Amino acid sequence: MQAVLQHSPSSEVSSERRKNASAKRTGFLLLSPSVLLLLVWSIVPLVMTLWYSVQNYNLVDPTLHGFAGIDNYWYLLTDPDFLHSLLNTFVLVAGVLAISVGGGTLLAVLYDQDFFGRGIARIMVISPFFIMPTVSALLWKNLMLHPIYGVYSAMMRAVGLTPIDWLARFPLLTVMMIVAWEWLPFAVLILLTAVQSLDGEQREAARMDGADPIARFRYIILPHLSRAISVVVMIETIYLLTVFAEISVTTAGGPGVASTNLAYLIYSRALLQFDVGGASAGGVIAIIIANIVAIFLVRAVARNLEA
Amino acid sequence: MATVELKNLRKTYLTEEIIKGISLSIEDREFVVFVGPSGCGKSTLLRMIAGLEDITSGDLLIDGQRVNDVEPGKRGLAMVFQSYALYPHMDVYKNMEFGLKLAGMPEAERREKIEHVARTLQLEPYLHHKPGQLSGGQRQRVAIGRAIVRNPKVFLFDEPLSNLDAALRGQMRVELSALHRKLGATTIYVTHDQVEAMTMADKIVVLQKGVVEQIGSPLELYHHPRNLFVARFIGSPPMNFFPAIFQGGDTTGSAVQLRDGSTLYVPVTSPGLLPGTKVTVGIRPEHVELAASGPNSGVVEVIERLGAITLVHVRMPDGQIIVVQMDGAVLTDVDTRVSLTLPPGNCHLFAPDGVAFEACHRHPLAA
Amino acid sequence: MAVKTKTSTRIGVTILGWGIAVWLFFPIFWMFLTSFKNEIQAISTPPKLFFMPTLSSYAEVFERASYWHFTLNTVIVSVGATAIAIALAVPAAYSMAFLPSSRTRSTLLWMLSTRMLPPVGVLVPIYLLARNTHLLDTCTGLAIVDMLTNLPIIVWMLYTFFREVPAPILEAGRMDGASRWQEMTMVLLPLALPGIASTALLSLILCWNEAFWSLNLTSSHAAPLTAFIASFSSPEGLFFGKLSAASTLAVAPILVFGWISQKQLVRGLTFGAVK
Repeated sequence: MQAVLQHSPSSEVSSERRKNASAKRTGFLLLSPSVLLLLVWSIVPLVMTLWYSVQNYNLVDPTLHGFAGIDNYWYLLTDPDFLHSLLNTFVLVAGVLAISVGGGTLLAVLYDQDFFGRGIARIMVISPFFIMPTVSALLWKNLMLHPIYGVYSAMMRAVGLTPIDWLARFPLLTVMMIVAWEWLPFAVLILLTAVQSLDGEQREAARMDGADPIARFRYIILPHLSRAISVVVMIETIYLLTVFAEISVTTAGGPGVASTNLAYLIYSRALLQFDVGGASAGGVIAIIIANIVAIFLVRAVARNLEA
Repeated sequence: MATVELKNLRKTYLTEEIIKGISLSIEDREFVVFVGPSGCGKSTLLRMIAGLEDITSGDLLIDGQRVNDVEPGKRGLAMVFQSYALYPHMDVYKNMEFGLKLAGMPEAERREKIEHVARTLQLEPYLHHKPGQLSGGQRQRVAIGRAIVRNPKVFLFDEPLSNLDAALRGQMRVELSALHRKLGATTIYVTHDQVEAMTMADKIVVLQKGVVEQIGSPLELYHHPRNLFVARFIGSPPMNFFPAIFQGGDTTGSAVQLRDGSTLYVPVTSPGLLPGTKVTVGIRPEHVELAASGPNSGVVEVIERLGAITLVHVRMPDGQIIVVQMDGAVLTDVDTRVSLTLPPGNCHLFAPDGVAFEACHRHPLAA
Repeated sequence: MAVKTKTSTRIGVTILGWGIAVWLFFPIFWMFLTSFKNEIQAISTPPKLFFMPTLSSYAEVFERASYWHFTLNTVIVSVGATAIAIALAVPAAYSMAFLPSSRTRSTLLWMLSTRMLPPVGVLVPIYLLARNTHLLDTCTGLAIVDMLTNLPIIVWMLYTFFREVPAPILEAGRMDGASRWQEMTMVLLPLALPGIASTALLSLILCWNEAFWSLNLTSSHAAPLTAFIASFSSPEGLFFGKLSAASTLAVAPILVFGWISQKQLVRGLTFGAVK
């Protein structure tokens, strides 16, 4: 750095370019390890997936190989299961987002109130976030919702109702509830933090202006939460698009494809039917969809994330 | 022992030029104040000297060495920030030690220096407090202490007093002046507060929109402002202005006619000015005299009694307000009609482009 | 009158707050309770709240699977992935926050969008790559994958924390003669520590609970707790007592860790991303 000192004083204009260039270079050097790794991580498997997706490649049938063209895609896109799983993916993401953001906002306001044992109650509410998806799926499937031994079934019997086999009757809805149980606490955690950072004077000013609790929520708290809500939507969408363990443990995508999302469909193609080509074509489509979602989502929340 | 020289310094940010070619030389031990309204580029200029902003073109010399491309920490400068910018995770001692440690000074020497500075600034009881536990004034002292221990060639201050309350600001002003006399280090001080500029500076640089409007001693700026901007900016309450018509002049003075028809013979030279040109007469509030009746009359609208002095705000027939500074015992009341007398010897005359005409006699304190 | 409404509201809030908390927490509580039942008690109808606790389920779980082996793998993978990701993300976030270029914004958004890539989409190539580089069924391999999947979120979170740090403090560091490296390690990192800590906590939790890659890229040697629990979920494993004991063992460390650190997690979040 000091060597720069020795340069001739005449180079007036270039000095800025040089200094800017040095700052730029430092910035680039610091950023590049992460960027390069993510570039490799996102490009190499993508290219490989693209390659497999146009091949006939089945692990159990080695006689079948060679260039498949768009056969894998054609086969997949004309498969009614595919459209169904696409719809399921969307319903799952949208449903869980609605529950966790809506419920999370209300609960954040609730647990912002002062009441006896609030600290403990808060910890209980956010606990499900720490539970691994496999475990929570097992818990709900067996201990809670089992049609014979489940606690919920026992409670229904106790009030004279017939227990429902939730996972058989409403598979997608039940999976959605289980996933929402895991992600609602995350939303509460983030949104509660945001509610608490709301300036006390602002709230008091609103009270002096005669705003009732509903008006205060609508005009003071909700706008203040917009950034935190973006954060929740952003992070949760990332994870919800790829929900896998909950489905695999509870319904295995069934009955039929009633609770199969795109992630699970590709998984079942690849690892249950050993159809690498078909699974790869599904992967490519999943990536395209993810990118479309990403573009919309990132655009929508980017402004909030930047500020 | 340091001089700073700015040679046609320019700064372009994106496409906008915000420092438009500033040349200035600062003598050893001089206390120079950059003053101007917000957005005039004074802080940017200071940051360019500090090395925190790139210099687009021009040369910056410290002790005759070109330092445009030298890292901020290696220019031999120390800076006190407006927000103090103390390291919140370090106590007072460590805040002062940080720079010395990075410079590789041995432990014993560091301790001796810090203790010495802490004694000077009465910071000894707080050496092991974190900045968060200190009051505004104490933080200010720590920031100054952090600058002093490094024994810099030049001190840079970026609006250091603007976060303090009025009483503390007055006290710190005196302390800083005393400190400067004691240390005798070259100092560049940025402020928008003209009282700070007037009281502390050896030399004031008035900036506006990236251009130097005037450089001079405080009283030079006060008594001989070079243009309307400086006249308006220096002095509180600000100078009063009257529109007038130039009638003619010679080497002993110039005659102008005011709105009410009265003529004023101001002792300034006006070479080459054509009779009939619109000019501006300026006079400071403390020089205007009030009379019960006569020409140039208006109605008293507000009276501010500050104890020792009284400020009388007079609404003139053309709608503008003229402020007159009187002594504290003046009896004038609101809504009375008064007449203004303008002693010509204290008047300034400005050409249509805002430039002041040369006074025939320099003020003895601003020679 | 006013006092009365206030008291009744407070009672309502207390009941509602506790009611929802109990309801949401109930499955975890029930799992814990069931883990101390024997298999017959576990499936009794109606379910029993009071019973003679026994450790028999735990004993059987420990007999069947080497719990500590799985736990150790999870700890190694989670801590390793988090540490590497933070080490990579700090300079990246510093660069974005303090040396921004015209491309900073789009780089950040691109990073986040790589995270939306569905893992199943690239499962086959990643599996084959891991096999060919002998990283299949190793902690290193799984840690690398976990690190890469969390890196974008970590970079983004650190970026929001760094942007909260007042620039003059870093400038003061530079005036004091700090190099970029010293500025980063001696001034920025201590200042952003609460944010870095909560980012690391979040990453640890996400890594601990990651199921997809750990189930597909490991088999025995590097299998973490998610695989441990999966081995109790097969139809023949429908023994509620053992299932509960195994589940309790799998989630207990991260749950307790989460309880202890939730204050820190929240404290960090308040001055960054969510503020």
